Formats: sequence, structure tokens, C-alpha cells
Amino acid sequence: MNTIMEARGLSKTFTLHQQHGVVLHVLNDIDFSLSPGECLILAGPSGAGKSTLLRTLYGNYVPSAGSACVRHEGRMVELVGAEPRVVLALRRSTIGYVSQFLRVIPRVSCLNVVMEPALARGMDRDQARERAQHLLARLGIAERLWDLAPGTFSGGEQQRVNIARCFMVTWPVLLLDEPTASLDAANREVVLELVAEAKAGGGAMIAISHDERTRDAMADRYLEISTVEASHAA
Amino acid sequence: MTAILSVRGVTHLYGADKGCQDVNFDLHAGEVLGIVGESGSGKSTLLGVLSGRLAPSCGSVVYRDSQGEAIDIYQASEARRRNLLRTEWGFVEQNPRDGLRMNVSAGANIGERQMAQGLRHYGRLREAGLKWLRQVEIDPARIDDLPGTFSGGMQQRLQIARNLVSSPRLLFMDEPTGGLDVSVQASLLDLLRGLVRELQLAVVIVTHDLAVARLLADRLMVMRRSRVVEAGLTDQVLDDPQHAYSQLLVSSVLQP
Repeated sequence: MNTIMEARGLSKTFTLHQQHGVVLHVLNDIDFSLSPGECLILAGPSGAGKSTLLRTLYGNYVPSAGSACVRHEGRMVELVGAEPRVVLALRRSTIGYVSQFLRVIPRVSCLNVVMEPALARGMDRDQARERAQHLLARLGIAERLWDLAPGTFSGGEQQRVNIARCFMVTWPVLLLDEPTASLDAANREVVLELVAEAKAGGGAMIAISHDERTRDAMADRYLEISTVEASHAA
Repeated sequence: MTAILSVRGVTHLYGADKGCQDVNFDLHAGEVLGIVGESGSGKSTLLGVLSGRLAPSCGSVVYRDSQGEAIDIYQASEARRRNLLRTEWGFVEQNPRDGLRMNVSAGANIGERQMAQGLRHYGRLREAGLKWLRQVEIDPARIDDLPGTFSGGMQQRLQIARNLVSSPRLLFMDEPTGGLDVSVQASLLDLLRGLVRELQLAVVIVTHDLAVARLLADRLMVMRRSRVVEAGLTDQVLDDPQHAYSQLLVSSVLQP
């Protein structure tokens, strides 16, 4: 099988040193494997650790135990215990991540925010601009906003900028945390089209969505994440 | 890929837990390393040792130069070290007055490194001066003005231009946005981000501002009482700090 990503016994606990050493067991023994072009939807109640799993797979959170491997430039690379340099290389070309929230940089225009992942991969500036304009137009971001910094945009606009940014390039694995949360029906359909195109191109996805229409349109399989009881350190 | 800077077991102590001890890391071209921690944790001492200004009591700092030769900074001759400092290395001081020559024009400040490298052609020096003023977003018409007539933000940008004119490969920065207004900080950070990517600079930046660190650094080292207590990817250290002190540091920041 040509697996693109695989987790075995992946666990994540948080130790809150500033709060009497409370230990939160959030993820316990997660197993899955993912093939190219496949979309795995994370299911489970709010607080079960779905977002934590995505962040752990992106290297944003440090896994506590187990293994998570991803195919990068033709070979499986272990994420657990990976050097920062390795994680950054994975993020440049293999693992994409979209959250609900855009982290804005003061003074950087919407167009430049969107172009960045393509420039980081060495795409020509004019070509990147053209693709960014195409995506922003498709996602209904008015042209007069393109040269403004997105800090003052509405929540829905910021989210669409975030989505445009992510679809500038193709990702072998894309992690989507509520990609349609604050979008209207028309924009949601555009996002679902972009997702379908990426899947058809062989991109694999792991997604969280509370919107049934989004889940049904994207899902190939579901992975149930169940709440683990928090325990306290002595 | 080989590291441009290899640091092993570097120690320089002024007293018990004052200064820095047993610091290890490798830095590659195009990488930005942030050093964070509170005042007195040893950040600036470490930066002094890394940048060839302060000999460590033990440990080594090895720099691989543009010819691929590995130079142990504190085994090399004084002349060699000085030469590196004004060609392949740059150092941006927190206070621009410490990094600029205040009694000569902006253009002369930018030209100094090139003159030290033997460039004497007035037209070419001036051309480089104008180019770099534009690059750091200072009106080129100010080329003949003294730095003292510039605002704090402009002085800091001039200091950056003065350092980058020799095309350094490694840049050290000590709280580069420390003394600036927030509005000026944002534009300087944006400028630095662009230059680092464009020029593939390796950078070591000391800051106590975690927002600055998040914006500029690929990875972070958290210092406390002279030791590195945690090191890792910037967003990981800030979003999922492992050490008790890093957790305290991150949770103490007020969110505007």
C-alpha cells in the first residue's frame, strides 16, 4: 500500500507546571493510515482532542508517545522527535495546515500573505501573483481588498484568505481545522470544489468540521476520537 | 548540508548561574534562531560569545566561511576574527547609536565596510549607499545627512543597511526593535523578514519580545539563569512549551 501518512499509538499529554502540575491526557493511542487522494474526517465531541491531533501531526504540539510518519520526498519521515529543521522542510512541501484563524502580520498585504507558500517553494513572482488573484476572486474577496493588510478584514474574509493561501500550492497531506466554519453557503461550495480538485490530484486530507454538508462532501472515512479522562499528578 | 555556525559547550560565567553555560546548537544558512528569556538570563552574554566579542571560558564556536573553511573563532588570529566581523558577519545593536558612526553621513556609514574591503571608487560607493537606503526604505535624498537627524526607526534601518552592504552570511541582532515605537517596530520586522528570505541570511536574534520571536525566528532557545532550558521549533515552544519556565514565560504575556 502506498501510505502517505501513518500514526501508531500516537499519544499527547499536557503537563501544566504552572497549575499544580496537572497532567491532561488528551490523545491516547491514536492509530490510522492515510492513502493519497483520501480524506479522513475526525469525529468526536468538542474537547475530545481533534484539533490537538491536527496540531500534533503538524509538529506544533510535541507528541508524548507513539509514532507518526509521513512520506516526504519519497521516503517515510518520523515526526515524533523530529528536528525543527526537518519539521520546517515537511511544512514547506509536504504537510499543509489551515486553521480557522489567520495569523496576520502587520503591514503585509492580503495578496502577499496568499502568495507566500508559493514563493517559499520558489515559484516565480508573476506566476504566484496571478494564481493568488485567481484564488481570491474565486473565493469572493473583493479586488479592492487585495492590497490591504487582512488585519481589519471580517472573520469570514480572513478565513477565505487563509484558504486561498493554502490552495496556492499542492500538498500531499492537508490538515483542515473547520475550513468552512464562518463561511456562507456559496463560499462553502467554493471551498468544497477546491478540496475536491485537490483530492482528485492525489492530495490526502485529515479534516475537522461541525458542518454536516462539509463532512459528507469530503469524507472517505471517519476516525472517532474519544475523550480521555483527565487525571491529576500527585 | 553543513552548518554555517557550530556551537559546542559554550560557557562564560561571571558568577554562579550568571552568564551562559553549556550551550550547543548548529545554525544553517537561511535559518533564524531566536534566543528568548528574561533580563539577566544570559542572552546578551551568549550573543557576545557567539559573535566573537567575548571569549568563552570553555567550549567552541566554529564558523564555516564562504570558501567552506571551518574557522574556530577563538583559535583564529585577532586579525582574522576582525576581518570576519566586518565582512561575512554583521551585528545589529539594540541602540543604533552604538552601531553607527554618528559624526559622519548616512552614506559614509553605509560605505564604511566596503571601504575597509578596499573599494575606493566614489561613484560606486555612492551608488551602493543609495541602493541600500532604498532597500531599507529611507529616502535616498537623505544620503548626506548625519544619522543624528534621523528618527529612531530610521537610525535602526540605517544600521541594518550598514551591516548588509558587505553581503554578510551571518547576522547577530540584539533586541533590534527594543527601543522603537510599536508602529515603527512592525515595519522594521516586515523589512527584516523580507531581507532574511531574500539574502538567505543565517541570523541569531536576542529578544525578550515573544511576538517578535514568533514573527522572525524559525526556532527558539529559552534561557534561564545562564542555561538553555528548552529549544525547538518557534511555534511549538510558544504553543506547547515543555519546561516549567517556558510555560511561565509564555503564559505571562498579555494578549492585546
